[in-house]
Amino acid sequence: MSGRVLVGVKRVIDYAVKIRVKPDNSSVVTDGVKHSMNPFCEIAVEEAVKMKEKKLIKEVVAVSCGPQQAQETIRTALAMGADRGIHVEVTGKEYETLGPLQISKIMAALAKKEEAQLVILGKQAIDDDCNQTGQMTAALLDWPQGTFASEVSFEGDKIKVVREIDGGLETIKINMPAVITADLRLNTPRYATLPNIMKAKKKKIANMKPADLGVDITSRLEVLRVDEPPQRQAGVKVETVEDLVSKLSEAGLV
Amino acid sequence: MLLRKVSQSSALCGSILRIPPVLSGGQRHAGAVVAVQNVRLYASQAAEAVLEKPAAVGSDTAGKVEMKTVAAESKSFAVNIFKGQIATAQVFPYPSALNEEQEQFLRELVGPVGKFFEEVNDPAKNDALEKVEDHTMEGLKEMGAFGLQVPADLGGLGLSNTQYARLVEIVGSHDLGVGITLGAHQSIGFKGILLFGNPAQKKKYLPKLATGEHLAAFCLTEPASGSDAASIKTTAVQSPCGKYFTLNGSKIWISNGGLAEIFTVFAKTPMKDPKTGEMKDKISAFIVEKSFGGVTHGPPEKKMGIKASNTAEVYFDNVRVPADCLLTEVGGGFKVAMNILNNGRFGMAAALSGTMKGVITKAVDHAANRTQFGNKIHNFGAIQEKMARMTMLQYVTESMAYMISGNMDSGATEFQIEAAISKIFASEAAWTVTDECIQIMGGMGFMKDAGVERVMRDLRIFRIFEGTNDILRLFVALNGFQNAGNQLKSLQKALKNPIVNAGLLAEELTKRAKRKAGLSTGLTLQGSVHPELAQSGELTTKAIEQFGAVIEELLIKHGKKIIDEQFVLKRVADTAIDLYAMVVVLSRASRSLSQGNASAQHEKMLCETWCVEAHDRIMQDIKRLRSSQSRQLFKNLRAISSAVVENGGVVAPHPLGF
Repeated sequence: MSGRVLVGVKRVIDYAVKIRVKPDNSSVVTDGVKHSMNPFCEIAVEEAVKMKEKKLIKEVVAVSCGPQQAQETIRTALAMGADRGIHVEVTGKEYETLGPLQISKIMAALAKKEEAQLVILGKQAIDDDCNQTGQMTAALLDWPQGTFASEVSFEGDKIKVVREIDGGLETIKINMPAVITADLRLNTPRYATLPNIMKAKKKKIANMKPADLGVDITSRLEVLRVDEPPQRQAGVKVETVEDLVSKLSEAGLV
Repeated sequence: MLLRKVSQSSALCGSILRIPPVLSGGQRHAGAVVAVQNVRLYASQAAEAVLEKPAAVGSDTAGKVEMKTVAAESKSFAVNIFKGQIATAQVFPYPSALNEEQEQFLRELVGPVGKFFEEVNDPAKNDALEKVEDHTMEGLKEMGAFGLQVPADLGGLGLSNTQYARLVEIVGSHDLGVGITLGAHQSIGFKGILLFGNPAQKKKYLPKLATGEHLAAFCLTEPASGSDAASIKTTAVQSPCGKYFTLNGSKIWISNGGLAEIFTVFAKTPMKDPKTGEMKDKISAFIVEKSFGGVTHGPPEKKMGIKASNTAEVYFDNVRVPADCLLTEVGGGFKVAMNILNNGRFGMAAALSGTMKGVITKAVDHAANRTQFGNKIHNFGAIQEKMARMTMLQYVTESMAYMISGNMDSGATEFQIEAAISKIFASEAAWTVTDECIQIMGGMGFMKDAGVERVMRDLRIFRIFEGTNDILRLFVALNGFQNAGNQLKSLQKALKNPIVNAGLLAEELTKRAKRKAGLSTGLTLQGSVHPELAQSGELTTKAIEQFGAVIEELLIKHGKKIIDEQFVLKRVADTAIDLYAMVVVLSRASRSLSQGNASAQHEKMLCETWCVEAHDRIMQDIKRLRSSQSRQLFKNLRAISSAVVENGGVVAPHPLGF
């Protein structure tokens, strides 16, 4: 096995920011808004770096797709301990329509190119909440997948993944190479220390375009409209069960 | 119409300024100009003038005169206003001292540092425990916060002053106790090694200091020597073989005193005067390791604020300090001390601008949400005035901090007056702003949980340590006077050869004539200041002209005795501070306007409002400095003070008679 792990990191609006919809309802305001690495991607990076520290794997490569600013996100991964970065440059309209399908095509192409042993992604991004990229990447590569991982360990040439599912916890053993997506309780990401940020400056970030990987990133989806969630309406208090029933039948619910 | 006033004194012993007899009017061309002769002190020694007893100055300082100060043009804005001149090099345009790489790096640092202080550091806990929590200290060390300015090849981050200021601002906005722990360590504790250490010393000490494995402390103050630093009594006697010094003495109120492993200690070393052969006591600076033995410390002091910071007495009992632990040379200690303090001052302004920002946010949050009398209170004028003033004070402080750090990073060597001004301004502004924040918040502000009373308690010390604001005011004024006096001395020289210098002399004549007549002397900020701020620029220019005039008048009136006229010096300093404040906001707002920033119009308003009020204050002070009524007032103040001292308390008997 190559000992190389690919980690995808996405630049999203910071979780603490109050989201506002653009007046034309086309999308969300991003200009001048604080961005940071998707929290689940942080957990993914942390897991990969931990594996390297335990000498289970040899190299961690951080990948991000997007405009120039995506490099900041890659640098954060480098500061956390990734060895090098790959920036797949996508800008303008193409960036706005970038989604799980396109990303998974890119990740699959890179996984093959880099002969990765593992691809670790966050389970979903906090901006679109798609929860699809990991699964699509595995399918395109025809690799096993361990999604919603809350625990990952190596067992010989296989990987044991404990998955958080609705019913509880499910443990599976899969072959490598494989795709893993990180869930919340997998680990607690480390703070990037200032000396590590400084060391990260020396690490390399390779630049490329989707075309270089032979990937077509045209979107199959069109966003029609973006709206804020409806304002919460006040509830109504009723005195008796009869009132309740009549209100419910008025609303056509019984 | 040139001024001719005699102010001579034959008492030269310990004098700082000497005024010779005036040249009579008919002697040369252009009448008499009183000149100041033999001004002997340059920048750092001006501090000496204030702090050292006259006996200690002695005649050997004459030998140390840097003659170039007399002739060289100073680039410092503050120095030049005392001569009624505007030196724009260091103030316009507003410096941008970060290249692309430095800026990008800094942006990457700001996030993690802020996150750490929001999520890990608990200021209330630190205050209650009266120490920085252990896991927080560990986290800070891991984060690299203890070696921000140590060169990267010695294990630090190698940050420039501007980058350092930006990070220190974050610390200041969250926890000043931690700020002082960090600052006492790197801003003054081991700064001496950074600035003055030889390569061997740097290599030996900096790596462990950078990681925080060793903490550092700055040891100058003693029970009997605070502001009067030159009077310290700790001794370091060199061994006959010359290989080591024996250190004896005690220091008080040393930040990190109970935690440090490495101490920068200032002590008196007896040394032979090369000229006279007599033994003199000069201050020397040493790197002292706790491991040398004989270094002990007292328990942590119980303080009003910055409780998390360790403050303790440090005792040196026959400590053997190797000679190669000397910083610079024997007798060079005072300069080391002054330079260390001078070098770290901008950091204080940066930290406090962060503190004010944080506190203003709390005040705004309260004012925007609190309803009284059927309205949100921010709609009432009384609150609006408070908020506006708080904002202006923060804007000025921030502008000063980054202007000075920018100047330092661009290689400026003359910034000591500006640094002193920024420390005075920042510490007083922060106090006022926090006080007003508590006022806006009302009873809530007084409660511990709101977190503002702690900031207030933390802030009080900032007007006291690292040079009390009172001493720094004297420093600003005297330093300015000395430089202005130098110019007069150059004029005197020019007078000796009037034909060659006819042009210069005529110029000087005309300038004074115009000033006296209240006309503009051609001084202008046009071209430096954005056209939309022209009016504020005008106010500043007028103020500088009048300031230059009154300085000259005062020099002539008082001569060398100006150093004792502390009532005068305080007002002179206040004016200089206001002038620098005006110019920094003019510079920053001009840049915003030129760059078309979204906030440019708001900044213009801040600038204009500030300048109008500052101009008024300045003109008032200048008027008072010239009036005979204030002389009477000063006399009264002096007399009241004497009476109270003599009486051991208030003099007037109780209105009830008992």
